Amino acid sequence: MKNIAFFAVGIFFGITMTKSEAISWFRIHEMFRFESFHMYGIIGTAVVLGAIILQVMKRTKMKTWNGNVVEYTPMPFNLARHLISGTIFGLGWALVGCCPGPMYVLVGHGYWIILVVIAGAVLGTFSYGLVKHKLPH
Amino acid sequence: METTLTLGFVELISQPWHWSVSGAAIALTLFLLTWMGRSFGVSMTFKDTCGLFGAEKINDFFKVDWPNETWRMVFVFGGLAGGVIAGLYLRSPEAAAISQSTISHLADWGLSYPEGDSKGLGFVPTDFFNFSSVKGIILALLGGFLVGFGARYADGCTSGHAITGLSHLQVSSLITVIGFFIGGLVMTHLLMPLMFG
Repeated sequence: MKNIAFFAVGIFFGITMTKSEAISWFRIHEMFRFESFHMYGIIGTAVVLGAIILQVMKRTKMKTWNGNVVEYTPMPFNLARHLISGTIFGLGWALVGCCPGPMYVLVGHGYWIILVVIAGAVLGTFSYGLVKHKLPH
Repeated sequence: METTLTLGFVELISQPWHWSVSGAAIALTLFLLTWMGRSFGVSMTFKDTCGLFGAEKINDFFKVDWPNETWRMVFVFGGLAGGVIAGLYLRSPEAAAISQSTISHLADWGLSYPEGDSKGLGFVPTDFFNFSSVKGIILALLGGFLVGFGARYADGCTSGHAITGLSHLQVSSLITVIGFFIGGLVMTHLLMPLMFG
């Protein structure tokens, strides 16, 4: 039953990613060339509203449907890790023009080449698991 | 009367959404998943997939906490279904209205817009990335690899850090997002001209 709800939210997310054009390689390319406000507007609005929503949920101790309050476990701070990992991700994001969420949505649109991108992402994740202990964390 | 109203609604949401509407819809997704007791993030699905392919036999890192990860796979399949629905029923009348300066810059790379996307939607430059182009396949694989490696090393992607982490006012997420931009700017301005220019 709960899975139906997650599937429904996923559908909403897929439609949002499509209609916002956040799944567009061209929009990402344009963003990194600072030639449009579009993507900045989307991310900015999402973060400002998201921060307000989460603050309200935390301060009112709103119960989730599991009966728990909203919690977030901060990750251990490591400047080198955050910058290096973020940069690696960014290199890939700009090249294929889509981050993980939009990859799945693009497959839904029938862009089968994105399956190669997803295969690459699974391989990248697998490789990280193999060399994890050698990297700063 | 009801039919007219319904048609009107479908027509309305078939237009490209304004950035503020899109941002609000993402915030609503964040709210719903948080209220459903989960932390919005997509890239863990790649690790879940490694686990499905048996990687947990190699390394404990790939052990998947299944009952607690199932929702995420269901969610991304929902995302895929959302793409199908949007593609079939909510198609924008025209390709994404990207800026004229981006269009003329891409023309310098030999990529016409929107014809460079075989579907004409302005979503993927299939002239660059397609199954007939060895270079395109390699670059798609390489880009995906960097996204997957980086996301797991960062412990999150755009949804986990740029949306969820920043909304939780996390400094580590802010630094990670700065990293996303360093990498994105280097790729766009220094490396892609070598690949496509």
